[in-house]
Amino acid sequence: MKKKNQRKVVRYNKWGYIFLIPFVVIYLIFQFYPLLTTFYNSFFENYRSGLTQIGPNFIGLENYKTLFSNGELLTYTKNTFIMWIMGFVPQILLALILGAWFSDPSLRLKGQRFFKTVIYLPNLIMASAFAMLFFTLFSDGGPINALLLDLGIIQERIKFMSHVGSTRALVASMNTLMWFGNTTILLMAGMMGIDTELFEAAQVDGAKPTQIFFRITLPLLRPILVYTLITSLIGGVQMFDVPQILTNGSGNPVRSTMTLIMYLNKHLYSRNYGLGGALSVLLFILTAALSLLVFRITTKKED
Amino acid sequence: MKKSNVEGGLGIKGRRALAYIVLIIVSFFCLFWFYILFVNATRSHSELTKGFTLIPSTHFFDNWNSLYTGSLPIIRGMLNSMLVAICSSALSVYFSAMTAYAIHAYDFKAKEFMFKFILLIMMIPTQVGALGFIQLVDKLGMDNTFWPLIIPAIASPVTFFYIKQYMESALPLSLIEAARIDGSGEFRTFNSIVLPLMKPAIAVQMIFAFVGSWNNYFTPALILHDNEMKTLPVLIAQLRGADFLKFDMGQVYMMIAFSIFPVIIVYLILSKHIVAGVAMGSVKG
Repeated sequence: MKKKNQRKVVRYNKWGYIFLIPFVVIYLIFQFYPLLTTFYNSFFENYRSGLTQIGPNFIGLENYKTLFSNGELLTYTKNTFIMWIMGFVPQILLALILGAWFSDPSLRLKGQRFFKTVIYLPNLIMASAFAMLFFTLFSDGGPINALLLDLGIIQERIKFMSHVGSTRALVASMNTLMWFGNTTILLMAGMMGIDTELFEAAQVDGAKPTQIFFRITLPLLRPILVYTLITSLIGGVQMFDVPQILTNGSGNPVRSTMTLIMYLNKHLYSRNYGLGGALSVLLFILTAALSLLVFRITTKKED
Repeated sequence: MKKSNVEGGLGIKGRRALAYIVLIIVSFFCLFWFYILFVNATRSHSELTKGFTLIPSTHFFDNWNSLYTGSLPIIRGMLNSMLVAICSSALSVYFSAMTAYAIHAYDFKAKEFMFKFILLIMMIPTQVGALGFIQLVDKLGMDNTFWPLIIPAIASPVTFFYIKQYMESALPLSLIEAARIDGSGEFRTFNSIVLPLMKPAIAVQMIFAFVGSWNNYFTPALILHDNEMKTLPVLIAQLRGADFLKFDMGQVYMMIAFSIFPVIIVYLILSKHIVAGVAMGSVKG
């Protein structure tokens, strides 16, 4: 009987492989193979100079040397991470606070559905359209300047897109606006998943709301927080649409909002496949290293 | 117990008031931009140059007409965006559920490896392979078509990860065993028993996948070249790239409104299901 069962299980288990076929085939063709050819491209000189095509000629690691020696890479890496952190910190703080309020049964907030609907709304907005909207609203002669003048908050028009700080702040605020609602709902759902008896027991023991939040809610929420951090990190490295549209691909002022993917996009458009390939490899290494780091931190604490 | 509540800084009423104030401020910042967008889409170019107002004007249809008869094929752009987003999100959730089911319900040698492998590649942005992807698309003759934007959605690690998590708590293996005893084939079990059970997770992920595709600008901008094929984000970029000062600003706002408001309206109709779905999916996930 036992043997028969085992054979049956084995017969079923081949379906595991069958159900994996679509994913594996599509992944290999459309993601893995392109990744390999991207790597391959990075070792060749391959670009257009005017109308003449240079290469492809094998040049070893020359593309990498070029990338590291011209200083652009470091600047754009810094830009990307500064803008990511500027957007992520307010996003996660806001999401934690709102999530805690929404899920707190003793607060009994009214209109929760309305608020949740509103804060999730910006997440559905097309990033490029949103950036275009901010570009027009915050332009030198735009409505925001007019409003601030009318209210007497400023005396002269602010050139939002001419200063490093304000341009980066615009990009970061757009990212925060677009993602905090999504994060709030995910965290809140996680908080509601926590056994309410834990909260009640803590209350009976005289714990303050802040104590409950830091001692019970936060630790139990860690898996979801880590998930949020990882996905936001991936999103941060991928930051492209908002600064690209806001600055029309220039990354100005003084290339302070040029992100890594905008830099890659520039090489792809100009068909500089050598440098583009090398940059892609570096981005691959960067994301792989970052994700390993995050994974290591989480597994350590769990042990 | 009541005493300790008061001692915890603000009383319950104070905390509630604080919560409402913060929520109202936050909601204001979520809606303000779109209200201004709506107002400005109703104003003519000359009215817009006069400054800021909260009161809508009367030129909504003038702006619409000049956009409609203008050089950007916006209706076509919207249909293109729809087609790509619907197809890719449907493929994404169906095949991600299938992949998740393979790893959740079966025991086979490569199972552990596959799961870890997918988690690993989940971290890696598709952009890092974009160069090879464009070359492949060229080779396959798929340049300037929708296929490269739709087919790769079959392998969506993030969607997979989410549905797999949900499956762990919502799909007891005993149920699959029972279906087998009843003589249901593996493929049929997946389609008629597993998928319906996964509905909450699938709905949430379908929304995410749809929005992801709808918003996607990077890949379509590299693949789609003809005006007739472009999706809305690519058209928006084209508008941004044009010499801005030459534009009728009423038309510019109308174009942005056209890209944003249909989604907002659909969202408001479905919001109950969407927000509940987002929450429901992750409680168990």
